[in-house]
Amino acid sequence: MERTDLPLGISLWRKIVNRLMFILIIVAVLLAVVPLILILGDVAIKGAPAINIDFLTHLPTGPTFSGGGIASAVAGSFTMVGLAALISVPIGVGAGIFFSEWSSSKLSTISGFMNDVLTGFPSMVIGLFVYIIIVLNTKHYSAFAGAVALSFIMLPIVARTTDESLKLVPNTLREASMALGVPRWKTIFRIVISTGKTGLLTGVVLAIARATGETAPLLFTAATSTYYITNLFTQPTGSMTVLIYNYATSPYATWVTQAWGAALVLILIMLGLNLFVKIVIGRNLTEARME
Amino acid sequence: MSKNSQDLSLAKLETRDLKAIYGKVQALKGINLRFPENRVTAVMGPSGCGKSTLIRCLNRIHELTPGAKVEGEVILDGVNIYAPNVDPVAIRRRIGMVFQKPNPFPTMSIFDNAVAGLKLNGVRDKKKLNELAEKSLRMAFLWDEVKGDLKKPGTALSGGQQQRLCIARALAVQPEILLMDEPCSALDPIATAKVEESIFELKKEFTVIIVTHNLQQAARVSDYTAFMYLGKLEEFGETARVFENPQSELTEKYITGKFG
Repeated sequence: MERTDLPLGISLWRKIVNRLMFILIIVAVLLAVVPLILILGDVAIKGAPAINIDFLTHLPTGPTFSGGGIASAVAGSFTMVGLAALISVPIGVGAGIFFSEWSSSKLSTISGFMNDVLTGFPSMVIGLFVYIIIVLNTKHYSAFAGAVALSFIMLPIVARTTDESLKLVPNTLREASMALGVPRWKTIFRIVISTGKTGLLTGVVLAIARATGETAPLLFTAATSTYYITNLFTQPTGSMTVLIYNYATSPYATWVTQAWGAALVLILIMLGLNLFVKIVIGRNLTEARME
Repeated sequence: MSKNSQDLSLAKLETRDLKAIYGKVQALKGINLRFPENRVTAVMGPSGCGKSTLIRCLNRIHELTPGAKVEGEVILDGVNIYAPNVDPVAIRRRIGMVFQKPNPFPTMSIFDNAVAGLKLNGVRDKKKLNELAEKSLRMAFLWDEVKGDLKKPGTALSGGQQQRLCIARALAVQPEILLMDEPCSALDPIATAKVEESIFELKKEFTVIIVTHNLQQAARVSDYTAFMYLGKLEEFGETARVFENPQSELTEKYITGKFG
């Protein structure tokens, strides 16, 4: 083929294909994003009428009374997620440190694998497990049992994100610290964790967001309640997610509206957590999870 | 000076039949070397000759790599640092190291980087920290460039400045020996010249052992030179003598550039 036979311009056919592909990609993006917008919109429209000061500060009431709220459910969710974090974060970070800093040991490989299995565990099974070991033994539904179930959900997330964040810290920093005569545990806590702390924090917030939205593990452990709890170990505890489940499946219109309201509050909390990570830490939860 | 430089009685550090293994590969095959006190000794040789492995054995950093093993002895002031009751952490406070790529701690300021070794080992006295920070930054020929703002992050400096910060960091712990693993290989010629300038000053207070693959640098900077080849010590002597009158044929070939 002669050099002069090769065309210099873009053929019409290529222009058409380019434009077609571009349109297809835009369509794909819209198909991905539109459902999210529809859901948010739907929840916002159906839930907004329920939101008022009473809704956020009063205890739940019967379906025929006005002025009922979700306050105890919100308190219950915060309490159980907070307690679950207290349990799962120290253990999860500790496990993550072990996976990262002793990655050559057999125990590390085996327990790392088991950690990954736990990540994908059906949350209903976890709830039933905690039901058997705690609820049946203590003869009570409790916030404690709910928190333990949530901590099983949170633990593998915290462990894995801690492991991955610490592995991103370059090994030259560890060597530089050791070469200064700094003992290994200090190197880990003062240099490695300090350098990887952004990822660690992101992992914790990710786990909290996940736990806040869980329903199945709470059904048989904390069950439901319409009161503020006074005892973590002997009283069933309400939560936003279980309340949504109960109200939405009830035949009362007032309760169904309140379920939408609670769903809206829940989604706003999730968005708030995501925004917090983005603004304060500088990236979004999924990006961080994929790191 | 005596003809046989191996008879130095002022050896600060000495290796006896030092062997090192990475997994299945034997990187060092029995090294006997004596490093003179308050002098700069260059260790040179082609890639893969074991020079980096050698100095990483001198401060017990080699054993941190999974699958790494060391046999033989390294004697510091009459004590074998590989003896079972010796604490490697204590050794590393007396034998410091500067690495090939500058590695300042990214979460710390210039000042905090310089005194990191002290702070992490519990030194709290602000006056002492300030004194040692200035002293070591001066010795690394970095003080004048950074004294205006010591609170800047360590990573905000140029590559050459970062490496001098790492040198200052290693010096602040006041070690007796400073190991340098190809410290200028990632630096431009101007930064290299500054680092070499600082090495000249350092030997007044410290014993310096520098690994380099740059022949001219070894000739410029060192008092003694060791030439290694395939895990063995081929030749050792005063730098001028080794370069002008090499006793081994391999040394002569390496110096004249017949292989590298």
